[in-house]
Amino acid sequence: MNTSTFKGGIHPEGHKELTCGIKTSTARVPDKVYIPLSQHIGAPCVPLVTVGEKVAKGEKIGDGKGFVSSPIHASVSGTVVAIEVMEHPGGTFVPCIVIENDRLETWHESVRPPADPEALSPAELRSIIFNGGIVGKGGATFPTHVKYNPVEGSKFDTVILNGVECEPYLTGDHRRMLEKPDRIVAGLKYIMKMADCNRGIIAIEDNKMDAVASMEKAVADESAIHVVVLKEKYPQGAEKQLIYACTGREVPIGGLPLAVGVLVNNVGTASSIADVVETGVPFIERSLTISGDGIAQPCNYQVRIGTLFSELISECGGYTGAVERIISGGPMMGKTVFSAAVPVVKGTSGIVVMKKSTAPPPPEFACVRCAKCIDACPAYLEPTSLVKRAKRSLWHEAEAENVMSCIECGSCAYVCPSQIPLIQFIRRAKQAVLAAKAKRQ
Amino acid sequence: MKLMNSTNDLLLVTSSPHVHSRDSVPDAMRDVLIALVPALVCGLYFFRLPALMVIVSCLASAYGAEYLCLKLQNKPVPVREQSALVTGLLLSFCLPPSLPLWMAALGSAFAIVIVKHLFGGLGHNIFNPALIGRAFLLASFPVAMTRWTSPIDGVTTATPLGIMKEAAGQQLPEISQLFIGNVSGSIGETSALAVLAGGLYLLYRRHIDWRIPGSFLGTVFLLTALIGVVTGKGMLFPVFHLFAGGLFLGAFFMATDWVTSPVTKVGRLIFGAGCGAFVVLIRLKGGYPEGVAYSILLMNVVTPLIDRYTKARVFGGAK
Repeated sequence: MNTSTFKGGIHPEGHKELTCGIKTSTARVPDKVYIPLSQHIGAPCVPLVTVGEKVAKGEKIGDGKGFVSSPIHASVSGTVVAIEVMEHPGGTFVPCIVIENDRLETWHESVRPPADPEALSPAELRSIIFNGGIVGKGGATFPTHVKYNPVEGSKFDTVILNGVECEPYLTGDHRRMLEKPDRIVAGLKYIMKMADCNRGIIAIEDNKMDAVASMEKAVADESAIHVVVLKEKYPQGAEKQLIYACTGREVPIGGLPLAVGVLVNNVGTASSIADVVETGVPFIERSLTISGDGIAQPCNYQVRIGTLFSELISECGGYTGAVERIISGGPMMGKTVFSAAVPVVKGTSGIVVMKKSTAPPPPEFACVRCAKCIDACPAYLEPTSLVKRAKRSLWHEAEAENVMSCIECGSCAYVCPSQIPLIQFIRRAKQAVLAAKAKRQ
Repeated sequence: MKLMNSTNDLLLVTSSPHVHSRDSVPDAMRDVLIALVPALVCGLYFFRLPALMVIVSCLASAYGAEYLCLKLQNKPVPVREQSALVTGLLLSFCLPPSLPLWMAALGSAFAIVIVKHLFGGLGHNIFNPALIGRAFLLASFPVAMTRWTSPIDGVTTATPLGIMKEAAGQQLPEISQLFIGNVSGSIGETSALAVLAGGLYLLYRRHIDWRIPGSFLGTVFLLTALIGVVTGKGMLFPVFHLFAGGLFLGAFFMATDWVTSPVTKVGRLIFGAGCGAFVVLIRLKGGYPEGVAYSILLMNVVTPLIDRYTKARVFGGAK
């Protein structure tokens, strides 16, 4: 059993030194915020406000239907001036509630701390987290409260807080572990209470030993919580790979972490949980990294949800030159945006700006069977073989080769010396397999 | 507020990942050429002008054939991708220095046109092109392909493996001479030392997996050691077999060919071991004194089978 890392993976250049030593500062609160009605996995919210209506900070302005959903809240006080469709950093176009900031920062009456947070029952905690609009901050934006719902016949024995942050450039979680370790530990304790388990792990890569020291100090008096140091490797922070590295357990194909008794949350999510439970303030701001070679002054900002990328980029001193790409998230799994006029959403872990590259894109060669993709795949798949299936639309064969086990980390495409867009073909195969499954049912 | 990127100034949108390791096939081929330099220097030092002429013939023919094949197929001729030169150079390394130049050029063209491009070009060939080129020449011109000359002075003589097999009376060379390559044989294969230096460079650059040369050389050594002990030939016997002939060149540069060797780790161990077993079988029981080329070609045939039966267990699947 290998407890210090997973098998496979790659070592992309980190570029974390650009921002990891800079204290998180608070970004200027914008004059207008653009709050998308869809900021989580699951059905989008329906707006609870109309154009012209006054809203207060922390007021619920959109609510979801169904089990896997999460409400959204006003991140400033002011007036709703429009509800219009605009580009979402996820690459789609969704309706957004536009609020003009009155700069009064008036809190909504619903935002108030509970009398005694310690006395809250797991069910009450889950309800607070649901109403606070907490979703996973790692990027997948899964509504957090859903994870803790008890399932008949299964039980969590371990909660892992993900402080790995293996995406290049991003240092928001790193800074949080240095700046607010106590909030993370407090959040973890609430999570352990909700998950009804008494073992907590905070997993950090060995490229952040200062964060390890900071978190170890914060858990010095906690006998049930310990810090686990993992080797620096991408995608160490992928849920299944993280569970394997920390516990030696493999989540079965197609299964949930619950199947091996483990619950994983991001360190940022944990501190958001502590905040909403103890202060009543819902998810209306987050920290994120603004970095890349196209940014004049890379840094970490505490940002209101709905702030436009362009405003944050201006605040960082603007671009260093002609810009080619802006990535929402990290360069391995993040999504590029059409323009900088997109708002920060709950899942925005970073904004990476890349300068125009002078070199032309390299040509694609045929697969030379070097097997670098196979060695890199953390799911133990054969990406090149899946791509051959995908190119011929052999979806059944791709399915039989477990294409659905692909976590889309992109390691295969990163290492391919023939520059084959492996992960892109595999995504196509996954879509086709899902469509075929839906048809069968 | 003015947006820094209006809709008239759209950014480039790409699918993740947005960064790349910058590894490339052309760079890998360049590294293979670099790794072949020590063996090239030794070959030129020991076999002089005739070797140079054979090497140049092979390279020119390989490049010309590649160019023509791509042009005929209306495919772009890549500027930096020099796998044809690798094929040409590798083929010249396993030819006798005294080979008529037109034969060398013919073999090289055969390797590129028939073995590589008729099978679909880069990445699609089933067999190692250089080795088929050699096998083709050996089948077509058996006399010229088995006429060996001694290093430096170029006098006709037998190879160490030939002496071992057919000319029992003749004196075998010292192991040290065998190791540095001061013996008769093919242009680029005689110096195990020079080939090893290049092989270590490829391992260091992570272009080849240690499993193939490791299990290949290991199998030859173990089997010949066993035979040496059983037949009373002693421990010099396996050492001789390790350094003689084209074993190192085959193990580090031919068997490790990405396209024609297995992609799985276990598969590579099996592949190397199979190559080693065939080498010993051919050298000791076959009609030829040397069997490296045929061993690797035989294992090339079973590569798809090896890949199929050594597929890794998927993460989370039954152990």
